[in-house]
Amino acid sequence: MKTKPRFRLLPMPLHSLILFVVWLLLNNTVAPGHIVLGGFLALTIPLLTSGMQNTQPGFRKPLATLRYVLMVIGDIIVANFEVAMLVLGSSKKLSPAFIAVPLNIEHELPITILASTVSLTPGTVSAEISADKKWLYVHVLNLTDKDELIASIKQRYEQPLMEIFEC
Amino acid sequence: MEFWIELVVSVFLVAGGIFVLIGSIGLAKLPDFYTRLHGPTKATTLGMGCLLIASMILATYQQGYLSVHELLITLFLLITAPVTAHMLAKTAMHHELEILDRTSGKELSKRARERMNP
Repeated sequence: MKTKPRFRLLPMPLHSLILFVVWLLLNNTVAPGHIVLGGFLALTIPLLTSGMQNTQPGFRKPLATLRYVLMVIGDIIVANFEVAMLVLGSSKKLSPAFIAVPLNIEHELPITILASTVSLTPGTVSAEISADKKWLYVHVLNLTDKDELIASIKQRYEQPLMEIFEC
Repeated sequence: MEFWIELVVSVFLVAGGIFVLIGSIGLAKLPDFYTRLHGPTKATTLGMGCLLIASMILATYQQGYLSVHELLITLFLLITAPVTAHMLAKTAMHHELEILDRTSGKELSKRARERMNP
């Protein structure tokens, strides 16, 4: 997946925009001085770092991305209540487990996002990824049904990610 | 300060405090390293989220303009928490830390250490 930079002055337009917005957020201001300084940083940092980038598939579907983010935020809230219940309940009743989830998704960025999502959502922490990037090892706090959990990770998180990144 | 702002801010503060506390209780109480990882990665995210929302409301009210850099803290927290948990779990497997006996799929941790397929 090789994409030629569109203009040499702006090798990573999205990164420039993010840098600019983050700079203004960090300073918590929209004063003209900071807009100029932020603009300068947003232009020069990508120029200096674009050589170090390895190409990743981009976010192709903004709407699907937004839906995914909202779903994950909702799941994080649910996850917190579930984990809180498990923590406060008797720890003798817990049945922790290691499971291996087969991955259909490819490329580093989507896999990273999938692993992070798994860590943030109900009772699961991603622990390792196999060298050929085909298996994600996950530690589960309280396992009830292994196949159901694997299916739900694949269907709930992997499917939308594959759609977003089109891979 | 108006009463309802105080009320909203304190509700968020208390809720956040409770979640962070539960996360810490989990860290102290759960039986082995891997289960302990779950407390801080999750409970703390929502707890910190609540505290930051409270901070945002209060700062916005007191300064008279929208204070949004708390959102950045939330964003950085959401990016870093899973990475930390992942690195800790990885390190634990390499040090062959004791795994709770009733953990199912224990042998998978050996395969995972070598980064092989199961």
